[in-house]
Amino acid sequence: MSAKIDRAIYEIGHLDTLAAGDSLLHRLDPRAKLLTTAIFVVCVVSFDKYEIARLLPFFLFPAVVIGLADLPLGFLLRKLLLVSPFVLFIGIFNPWLDRSIVAQIGPLAISGGWVSFLSLLLRFTLTIGAALLLIATTGFAAICMAMERLGTPRVFTVQLLLLYRYLFILIEEVVRMIRAHSLRSFSAKGRITYRVFLQMLGNLLLRTIDRAQRIHMAMLSRAFTGEIRIVRQFRFGYKECLFLGGFGGLFLCLRLTDLTALLGRLVLEITG
Amino acid sequence: MSHHIVEVQDLKFRYPDQTQALCGISFRIRHGESVAIVGANGAGKSTLLLHLNGYLTPTEGRVRIGDYQLTPDTVREVRRTVGMVFQDPDDQLFMSSVFDDVAFGPLNLGLTPEEVIARVESALATVGVGHLKQRPPYRLSTGQKRRVAIASVLSMAPDILVMDEPTAGLDPRARTQLIDLLKSFRHTKIIATHDLDMVVDLCERTIVMHDGLVSADGPTNEIFANEKLLTECCLEKPLRMQGCPVCSGKG
Repeated sequence: MSAKIDRAIYEIGHLDTLAAGDSLLHRLDPRAKLLTTAIFVVCVVSFDKYEIARLLPFFLFPAVVIGLADLPLGFLLRKLLLVSPFVLFIGIFNPWLDRSIVAQIGPLAISGGWVSFLSLLLRFTLTIGAALLLIATTGFAAICMAMERLGTPRVFTVQLLLLYRYLFILIEEVVRMIRAHSLRSFSAKGRITYRVFLQMLGNLLLRTIDRAQRIHMAMLSRAFTGEIRIVRQFRFGYKECLFLGGFGGLFLCLRLTDLTALLGRLVLEITG
Repeated sequence: MSHHIVEVQDLKFRYPDQTQALCGISFRIRHGESVAIVGANGAGKSTLLLHLNGYLTPTEGRVRIGDYQLTPDTVREVRRTVGMVFQDPDDQLFMSSVFDDVAFGPLNLGLTPEEVIARVESALATVGVGHLKQRPPYRLSTGQKRRVAIASVLSMAPDILVMDEPTAGLDPRARTQLIDLLKSFRHTKIIATHDLDMVVDLCERTIVMHDGLVSADGPTNEIFANEKLLTECCLEKPLRMQGCPVCSGKG
């Protein structure tokens, strides 16, 4: 079990390593990337629940980002798979709940449920994929900074930053506890009983409180006054405007007009 | 120079659970001195250190750092003067990149961004980890973390460095390098430790604590030569001052 957690930590950390890369996209101001991603997500989720065809052009954005930033596709797909059970559970009942026939392909009748399920999967892939790409090209800390620059209350960004920083240490602490437990539990294949689990949880809480106190001490001894300050030179230049304007415009365009149908009609007219 | 003096007078401290951790400690450390605070576990070393930067307030007695007597009003000044390096670097490095962490103190002191960047660069260069600037602290080795933790304090330009177990958890080479690094600092140094061999290398003066009291305070060589004192305080001679097991045939 702990080996799996170890691997998970490594993989979260790997996103940070990717974010340390140096490409055109990595160098863009985080605000531009954050806003573009936000427009992307809003456009994608605001489609009708039976929409499939009009979602497909949106795959252009992740493809371009992966290409430009030279990101490992396999790794990102694995991350998507990891989260996929959530959306599968949400959508899996659609085909049963919604049995109205919306299309007929030969003898095969397709119910609205299946269409909306597929649409949900596409949306999931697009939005979570875009979020992963944002982290992989920007880094978590820079995203928090960008959020703050864009007006998110400081309390939230600081919480997020500290949460992200200490997530790894908390997980390590849990791994150590589980390891210690499994080394001394000879029965039941190292399974943790409810009673022991409660004690471990309590112990973890106490350790966390202790650590929080020590961190606070360290902050105080460096003149902390309740506000976390960070130096960052943000520059919103023409590249950023181009990126935000170009992609943002494209997404809005894809959302508001049915570009796929237009293109299809165009092709038909030319060929026909 | 009066402003680098650390003076503790009859310091007593009781934790809220009534544990009497310090029972009346007095000493005076002058500018540029390098002083080790040694003692068994639970002797009160860490509690004492927490008084030196004002995290704990004495139950009785006085702490004086430079020109300031430690009171809630002066605590900010005191913390600027005293740089504290904690035992677990993970507690000290709470920002998400090395640069941000080292910049944290100077930014809180209200320096301009240019000054902050200059200080961070110079602190990182001093401890030799300039190349790790953009790395997240949790991805560093313990030795690197320790160096960054020291840099995060150096960037505030303190006059006095207070360290809790600086060599704990380091491999032998990282330990030696750290000792060499600390040797090169001209700050007043106060180091609480169990690494008595480091004390021999680094500190000309040693304060021995036992059960919340100062058992001895004097030149390191004299203290470590006093076997009776060391035994009483649950300590042992530094390995280097013990007989060689191979040569003496005891091995």
